[in-house]
Formats: sequence, C-alpha cells, structure tokens
Amino acid sequence: MPDVTLTVDGNKITAPAGTLLIEACKTAGIEIPAFCYYPGLSLQAACRMCVVRIEKMPKLQTACTTPVAEGMVVQTETPEIAQARKATLQLLLGNHPLDCPVCDAGGECELQDMTFKYGAADSFYTEPKNHREEQKWSPVVYFDRPRCILCYRCVRMCGEGMDVFALGIQNRGSSSVIAPNVPAQLSPEDLPNLDCEQCGMCIDACPVGALTSGAYRYKTRPWEMNHVSTVCTHCGDGCKTTLGVRSVSDGSEIVRGDNRDKSGMNGDFLCNKGRYAFDFANNIERLTSPLVRKDGKLKPVSWDEALKFAGAKLRELRDSRGPQSLGVIGSNRTTNEENYLLQKFARTVLGTNNIDHHRTADYVTLATSIGATTRANGKTRYASQHCVETAPALLFIGGDPTNQAPLTAWNARTNVRLNKARVYIANHEEIKLRRQSKAAIQVSQFGYGALAQYLAGDDKAANATSTVEQADVLSSFREAIKAEDPLIVIVGNEVRGGELANLIKALPHAKFGLTADYVNSRGASDMGVLPDVLPGYQPLTGSTIASEYSVADKPGLDLLAMFDAAAAGDLAALYVVGSNPVKRYGIDPATLGKTFLIVQDLFLTETALLADVVFPAANLYEKSGSVTNSYGDVQLVAKAADKAGTRSDFELIVRLADHIGHDIRTLVPFGKGLRADMGQTRGAQSGEADRHAVWMTANNMEPKLSPFDPFAILDEIQRVVPGYDKLLRLQLLSGNDQNITPAATGLVQIENRKDLVLPSSDTLFTSGSLTRFSPMLQDVQRHQETEVSDHLAAD
Amino acid sequence: MPTLVSHPDEVKVISRRFGMGAKDIEKYIELDGYKAVQQGIEQGPAWIVDTMKASGLRGRGGAGFPTGMKWSFVPKVSEKPKYVLVNGDESEPGTCKDHVIFLEDPHAVIEGTMIAGLAIGAKMGFIYLRGEYRYLLNIVEKAVAEAYAKGFLGKNIFGKEGVDFDIITQTGAGAYEVGEESALMESLEGKRGVPRIKPPFPAVVGLYGGPTVINNAETIANAPHILLMGGEAYAKLGTERNGGTRLFGISGHVNKPGVYELPMGYSLRDAIYKVAGGIPGGKALKAVVPGGASCPVLKADEIDVGLDFDQMAKAGTMLGSGGIVVLDETVSIVEFALRTIRFYQHESCGWCIPCREGTDWLKKTLTRFHAGGGNKKDIDNIQYLAENMMGRTFCPLGDAAAMPTLGFIKKFRGEFEEYLAGARVENPLIQITTIGETELAAH
Repeated sequence: MPDVTLTVDGNKITAPAGTLLIEACKTAGIEIPAFCYYPGLSLQAACRMCVVRIEKMPKLQTACTTPVAEGMVVQTETPEIAQARKATLQLLLGNHPLDCPVCDAGGECELQDMTFKYGAADSFYTEPKNHREEQKWSPVVYFDRPRCILCYRCVRMCGEGMDVFALGIQNRGSSSVIAPNVPAQLSPEDLPNLDCEQCGMCIDACPVGALTSGAYRYKTRPWEMNHVSTVCTHCGDGCKTTLGVRSVSDGSEIVRGDNRDKSGMNGDFLCNKGRYAFDFANNIERLTSPLVRKDGKLKPVSWDEALKFAGAKLRELRDSRGPQSLGVIGSNRTTNEENYLLQKFARTVLGTNNIDHHRTADYVTLATSIGATTRANGKTRYASQHCVETAPALLFIGGDPTNQAPLTAWNARTNVRLNKARVYIANHEEIKLRRQSKAAIQVSQFGYGALAQYLAGDDKAANATSTVEQADVLSSFREAIKAEDPLIVIVGNEVRGGELANLIKALPHAKFGLTADYVNSRGASDMGVLPDVLPGYQPLTGSTIASEYSVADKPGLDLLAMFDAAAAGDLAALYVVGSNPVKRYGIDPATLGKTFLIVQDLFLTETALLADVVFPAANLYEKSGSVTNSYGDVQLVAKAADKAGTRSDFELIVRLADHIGHDIRTLVPFGKGLRADMGQTRGAQSGEADRHAVWMTANNMEPKLSPFDPFAILDEIQRVVPGYDKLLRLQLLSGNDQNITPAATGLVQIENRKDLVLPSSDTLFTSGSLTRFSPMLQDVQRHQETEVSDHLAAD
Repeated sequence: MPTLVSHPDEVKVISRRFGMGAKDIEKYIELDGYKAVQQGIEQGPAWIVDTMKASGLRGRGGAGFPTGMKWSFVPKVSEKPKYVLVNGDESEPGTCKDHVIFLEDPHAVIEGTMIAGLAIGAKMGFIYLRGEYRYLLNIVEKAVAEAYAKGFLGKNIFGKEGVDFDIITQTGAGAYEVGEESALMESLEGKRGVPRIKPPFPAVVGLYGGPTVINNAETIANAPHILLMGGEAYAKLGTERNGGTRLFGISGHVNKPGVYELPMGYSLRDAIYKVAGGIPGGKALKAVVPGGASCPVLKADEIDVGLDFDQMAKAGTMLGSGGIVVLDETVSIVEFALRTIRFYQHESCGWCIPCREGTDWLKKTLTRFHAGGGNKKDIDNIQYLAENMMGRTFCPLGDAAAMPTLGFIKKFRGEFEEYLAGARVENPLIQITTIGETELAAH
C-alpha cells in the first residue's frame, strides 16, 4: 500500500494507506486511549474512548475504525475530546464497584489509568449500582461481573484468537453480561462453567479486574511482586512468560504467570500450562534435602555427605569396572549449559559415551537430512517459530499442535486470520487445526512413511498413505503443496528416522520444524546428550571437539541399551538428571537392582525411588541459562524463584565432578572469557552467590568468576558447537530469540532406533511427571472431566 | 385491529387500496396490482432507478435518504449475491404505519421488493417483520404464497425466461435495536441484534456480505405506485426535495387518531386540528412529539411547520417515522420524559458505553425525580448526561434517547423545577416507586 500523509495534532505523519488511525498514531508516538480496541482482533468501536476530531466530519470519529487518508487533519486531545472521554469514564464508574483496594487489577488497570488521566473523579449518581454476584467459571477463571466494562476483548480473544468460542454476551442493554456459552439445551444459569482450553487468555486481555485468575486472585498486589521474564518449562514451543515472584520464608515463590508485556515470539499468548502450571515448584512433596539409601531406606543427609558418597562411589566404580560400565541420562527440561556440561561430564569425567535422554523428536535425522541442502534461493531449510506466524503457507504433518504445541497452533491461526495464510494438514486424526486449513487429507495411522514417498512422486504409495482419500484428492493436495514456495513444514513426532529423511528429501523447497514435547528437547539433542554424536551432531571422531575431549570413538549405549545392560548386570552406575525413565519407558525396577543409581530431580519420582543417592534439584524457573525450542530458537532463561534446600543441576554436576576428584577447571572454563549476569537480579540470589564465593575462596580460587555460572560454559558452547557460534550474546541477554541451525557439513548419519523417540503425548493439561505435582493441573483435569460428563448427561 | 380513518385532505397513493380487500391477490391485481413490476421488467433497471430518483421519494423509516440514490449505489457487478431487504421492524414508539400496509396491502410490499430487486439485479428479497408483528406474518406469508402460486415469484416470473425472484419472510425477536439496518442484518443472519461498523455500507457489504438494498416497508410499498404514476407526478404531490405523500400515524390526545396519508409539507397544525379532529374536551395543547419518540418535542406554539424532512429539521426536530404523538395540558412532561427514557433504556442493545450506561442512569435519575426524590442538580445532570450521549454512541439509538430528553429539559425546564417544588401528577401513569426499594436497584 502506498503511504499517505496526514496531520495529527499539528504533526505531519506518514502511514501506509488503509492503516487504522489509532495504529498510525501509535507508530508516530501519539497514544489514543481505547478499551475495546485490541490489535489483531476484530473491531468493535464499542467503548468510544478513542474518539478524535477529524476535520470535515460532523461528529467525533472513532480512531480504531477510521483508516488514514491523504490530507486528513486530526485532533486527538482537545477539550471537547477530553470531555467526551471523561463522560464515558463517568458512566463506566457509575456502575463500577470501585473496589480497587482489593482488586487483583489494582495498579495494573486500564480503567484506573484512564480515570487518572481524564480526572473523571466526580460522580452524579446516588442510585444503587447494578450489582451481580461473582462467578467461578473454572478452577482458573473467575468472573467478577460488576467490574466488567463490556469491552468484549475476552469474547473475541476466545473466539477469534483461540478458536474456542467459549464466551458470549447474555441479555442486552445495561443488563448485558459476559457469560460462558453453553449448549443450547442447557440454561445458562445452570452452568456458569467454562468448557474450554482453560488458557486464561481472557484474563490477560481483560483491561480491568473482571476476569481473574484462580491461581492468583487475592494473593498479592502487583507492586509487591518482582516480575521476571523467562521461558515456560512445559512444552517445546518456547513461550516467554513473565513470572510474578514474591519472597517467602524458604526462598521466593512464583504467584503469577502471564505475558502481558507481549514479549517474545508468543506475543500475548500463553496456554493453560504456561500461565498456571508453575505451582509444582511449591508442591509440598518437593525434595529439599539430599537423600542417601541406608539400610534399604532413603534417609535425608547433608549435602557434603551425599556428594562425598556419590563422588567416591562413582570414582570407585569407574576405576574398578571401567568407564563403559557407567551411564548418564539427561533431561529435556534442563538448560543448554547444563546439558552440555552433563555430556562433557559423561565423556570427560566418567569417560563414557553412554549418555542419552528421553527423546521426543528425531532431531538427529533432521540435522543430518537437511545437512548442507538449502532452498533454491540459498536460504536455510530450518524453520523458526516466527515462520509459523508469518509464512504464506504451512503444512502440518502429524501431531496435534492445538494440544501439544499450543503456540504453534496459535501462530498458525493468527497467520490465517490476519495474513490469510494457507494451511495444509496431513494427519491420521481430525485435529482441530483442520478448521483453519485450506486442504486436509487423512493419512492412515502408520501411513506417514508412505506419505513421504507419495510426496516424493511415488504414485504407488497412494494406497498406503490413506485409505480414506481418493486419488484425485491426494494428487491435488500434493500439487498444491509443491506449488507453495516458501512452504513451512511442521512435523509431528509420528515421523522419524528414514521416513523423516525421505520427507525432507521429497520437499526440497520447504523449511522444516519438528515439534517436541518439553522446553529443551531440541537443546538436549543439540548439546549432544546422545550416545553416538557430540554436541552439534558432530561425529565421535575427527571433529575439534572430539580431539579436545579425547573421547572414545565408539558410540555409547543409548537409553534403552543402558537398561538392557543394567538387566544383564553390566551397568555399574547410572546418573539420571531430571528424567523419569522408569515410568516413561516402563522399566522393570528389578532391572536396576545391581546398578548404583544417582537421581537428581524435583520430586521422588518412580526412578528416584530406586536410587541410592537423590539430589534435590532446582527447576527451570529457579536457574539461569539458555534453552532451545523445538524450532531451534534459543532464548535466555532468567532465575525467578528460589527454593531453600535445592541446587541447580549445573552446580550439582560441577560438585559431583569435584568429589570424583576431577579438576573442575577442565570441566568449566571459568576464570576467563566473558562474565555476564544471566538475569540474577534479585536479592534472594545473594545467598547463593555468597555460598559460591565461600567455596571458591576455600579452594584458593578468585571468587569473582564462578564455576557455577552457566555463562562460563556458554563461552565453550559457542566455541565448539556449530550453529551456536552465531549466537549474539547481547541479543540473548536482551531477551530476544535467535534461530540456530546446526552445521551443514561434517554431520554423521546414524542408524536410529525409532523406539528411542517416545512422544509423551501431553495434552493441554499434562506435562509429563510434573502433571501430578501441579495442584492446578489436577484441578483443571477434574473440572474438564465433569464438564464432559455434564454434557454427556445433558445429551 | 385498528379501524381505518379518512379525511378529505388526504392524498391517497400508498393507501389507495386500504379497506378494499387487497390482501387477496385477485383483488390486488384488479386494483392495478403487479402491473408496475411487469413494466419494470420491460423497461429495465436504469428506468426504474431514474423514475425513483425523479419521484424525490425519501426513506420513510426516519432518516429520509433519497431512495433512488440508495438503489443506484449498489455495484452493478458483484461476486456475492445481491439482496433486497424490507425493514418491517417498525418499533419507534408512536409509529404504526407499516403495520397498516402489511395488514391492508401486503402485495404492495411484495411488488415493491421485486421492483427494488430488478433495479439492483438481486434475485432474492427478505421481508423482516418486528417480533411483535408475528400476527402479521400470516398475512404476509399468505400473500407471498399467493404470488408464488401465480408464478409472480420463483423462477421465470411472469413467464419471463431468466427472470427469477424469491422472497423470504422473517420476524425479529423483539428488539427495537434491529430496526437499525445493520443490526437487522445481524439479526436476520441469526446473530445478536447489534449494529455493524460503517463503512462498509449495506449497498457494498450487506446481508451475508452481499450488496444489499435495505428500505423501510413504506418506502418499498411506494415503488409500484411511483412506477405506475411516473416519478415526476409523484414528486409534484409533495414539496421541493420531499416528493410525494407519506403515512402519518396521529395518536395521543386527538379526537380522531389513526393513520392518514398526507402530502409532504402538510401543516402540522392542520394535521392535529383538522385531520385528527383536534384535542378532546377542548383542552389546550401542551406539546407534540412529531415523528416518533426519538424526535425532540415541539411546544404548542411551535406547530406551525410543514411536515417534511427539511422544514422539520429547520424547526429543530425531525420528521422521523411519521408517528405524531399529541400531548394535551394534562400531561406531565416529567412523567413523559421518564416513559420515553424507560423505553430506550430497555431497548439499548448494550454494545457501546454511552448508550448502555447513559440510558440506564437517565432512567434511574428520572425515576427518582419522578418519585419525588429529585434535587436541583438532577436537572443539570440529566442534561449533562444527554449532552454527552449525543453523537458519541455507536449507532443512532443513543441519539434517539438523548435528543428527546434534551428537548424536554430545554423546553420544559420550568416544569421540572415546579415538580421539584412539589407539583405532582394527579394520576400518575407510572407507578411511583419509593426510593431505596429493592425493585429500584434491580432495574
């Protein structure tokens, strides 16, 4: 669109034709107040706050619905306009309860801000206000109806944004209320319940305190919290979340999660887990003391005793039974720095390649298949999360983003709604994203391999691809996606190994993204928590890093093979960090009878219960570092909360190495390189820093640069891991995401056991082992179950 | 059912078939029915639009937009189907003219719809009746069925190959707001009756996203008559820029209330004293609401004005929907203002803040005032509220509530002040509620 020039408050501004006046003004630094206007959602013109005077127009006009035009002359703050806004506020406040002193939104309320600005402090009304009782719609959404100003943001957010349409408007005129939509056969009074994804987007969109969060309401005041911007731990999408943190007796606790500052690639989006499921951190079952098995029972002991015992035992077993009898299992919820450190620990301290993690997507195949290939224009074939929001065409193969990767689904929907993107879907199930799709085919449950062949041009694979679709449907689907350039292909974890390699080959013009299940699934693979490749998918021989490590050139045991070895009595010790393989892979507990087991976790999981030593670890919200989402977008994790009695995995690995007798200077290159604060801005951490300083001083080290500082190892990661060398430190510290692409050459193609990739099939309301430790997720699950049964009963 | 009234000053165009049994299609045909539409098919869309323009017909719903011009705005070519929509959601208090048309001459509406369809190239028309007119639906549906049976509706109408037209009838659910054209479309589409943001206007994006002509039922029913008598002939019946005649529903304190067809520009004084037979019991006139409840009131000394859009605007009020409500000296303006605002408070759709909250506070304040709990500041507050609603609301409903209120306050301020001083209505029509009772809180 060509630019037009208009005059706003005497200033000439330029904006593309068709831009809404309110947006053009915002860009020019002129704020026009509005309640109902919300960027990206449909226009309402209902609140009448954005009225402005446009020359030659008889009445005041709403800036939110007026497109800019050449030569337009606009006044945004005249006495007439201020009076109009003031009158509107007076009307709103007339029925508003003015319970600001106890309202959750007090201090963060747009109605307060506007009242402050326009001075609508006088009231003419002596009649009683229209009062209505507060309602609980779900464990996480409460509605305080008198506070509502009817801006309809929640209704639109739920319908247009989430594609859920759980909210609507009841009654009319001054009796209008926002209410959950209910099936036609039920009376709204019977069921003030939300049958929805419980995402809480309506709460964030609410400009006042009408919609409040079940997890946060009446807990604190906004100004009593510290607000820490970090990354959600629950899925692989990598949403930014702002955690509201408050001091408590044993550290500091998280009381709220939201993303109202719209930072990060998720903008204003957060799902149920991102918004509420931080409460596992405060669970009463949280481990806060190291445990050592004595007389068959796990007993609390001091940190010194536990570390000394574990270190001595590992050293003894390494020396007596050989490094190849030791194994390490890593986590997909720990940071890149911790993952890197863990594999370095395994390879250089223990001296074994027996290291693996619970894989939820086949990143090794992705990296090796894309390799050095580029798109026709020479650009990368790795998709970023941003591509999902902006690319003109998306192809979803397998997976159910709505449930497993909610941000991916949100971005796809937004892209369709705002940019008219074309979405194609090939899935064996009727996933919800089909509602936004231009074309969709139903693949047979195990037909993804055939689909890859079919897309590559093999017409004979059509029958195996789908038993439902007709040949012409399949061929027009194939033609359509071949014609899309650029095309973003988002692959679910049904497709792995050779099938994935074929798919990548079949669509040479496409960019690829694999959806994985946890926050750092991609990071665990990138950092080489794998038995057969080094960080950056480098081969065990020949690379710089291989020679630096002087690592064994024989691939180690993978996760399943380790348990096989344990069953055969060949695994002397296993060190499990932040993982619960016994539950996840259905391992027989007896298997580990002859293995010395060290588990480092938040809770006494099924795996930890079998351990000889248990270390209580900090969770992702209690540490600093970086994580890499499913798409390879790296982001900074900032320390928000603190829990007395726990330590970060990073510190624990270093401590353990120290107790094994390893020179930790070779493990963590501290004392040189860049020193940077990774977001440790809160007073609560000073205790930790002191603890580190005391330890270092006692060991004749300069207490300025800590071996427990994840940034110490980030220097090394950037030096030796291909792709991460491009990471800009300043961008990372600014909280921006950067897409990392693995090296194009020198990668090794491995034979992959398909069953090593085990999708966790999480829903919107589960998050692996954390699910059962989050009271909120439990509540919501119960709510959803009764919802379903209510509806069934009604049918 | 209302009895038909008549007066020698009437100029009968649209009402010429009233009382002649024209509900029946045979009778309608006998009275020149369905001739105009056939003429329209012969002469083509351009001729229809030109004739309508020449007639000077202005929308009879209240806004008075020139009909021929409205029809000419519809794009000739459209990807989406075009529609004709008849607004029979006659809900302005004091207005009952469309009601008589549907009752006495439903085929005129059907024929008019077809003519509008021919003019813009639509193949489908909708007749939307207000929810409370459900009993008229039988009459209209019967008329539509008769037209289908005759081959006047459906495929190849009047035996003309390729000329198709269908009509669908629909009633509302009882909301004043859906008389607003875009809210009516929302309602017809099965959604909440809330107006749409304009632009785009219905002529470009209307019903189901297609270009749509939406006209008041009386406007539409005029079309056959205009085509038969010629645009110029129709225009001559009225005044300059206000062609033809229109139906006026005169009610209130008059001897002969009813719906009369008077030429545009006819004197308001004559309409009250001659046509409607003056005020019963020789009482004095206090005020006139000239065009439906939303028009600012005229005082007794302001009624020497011609009933057309321009003269009424000059007099500071509106011709509106033609519903003239006559109030004699016994009427309490305080009570009348409350009655008026109670209606708008009840009918506000609630979409925008100034209307939703403004009508509510006006009603609450006036209720207390009426009950004797008023104070001097209330009169200013009522004026302040109404002034701050004017022109600030999403749709004209807010103006419709504010305009008469401002009229009452400005023209009868003295009466409000006397009321404060203790003057009361002798037999209040509205139950006086004691302040503080729970019922007051609930409303």
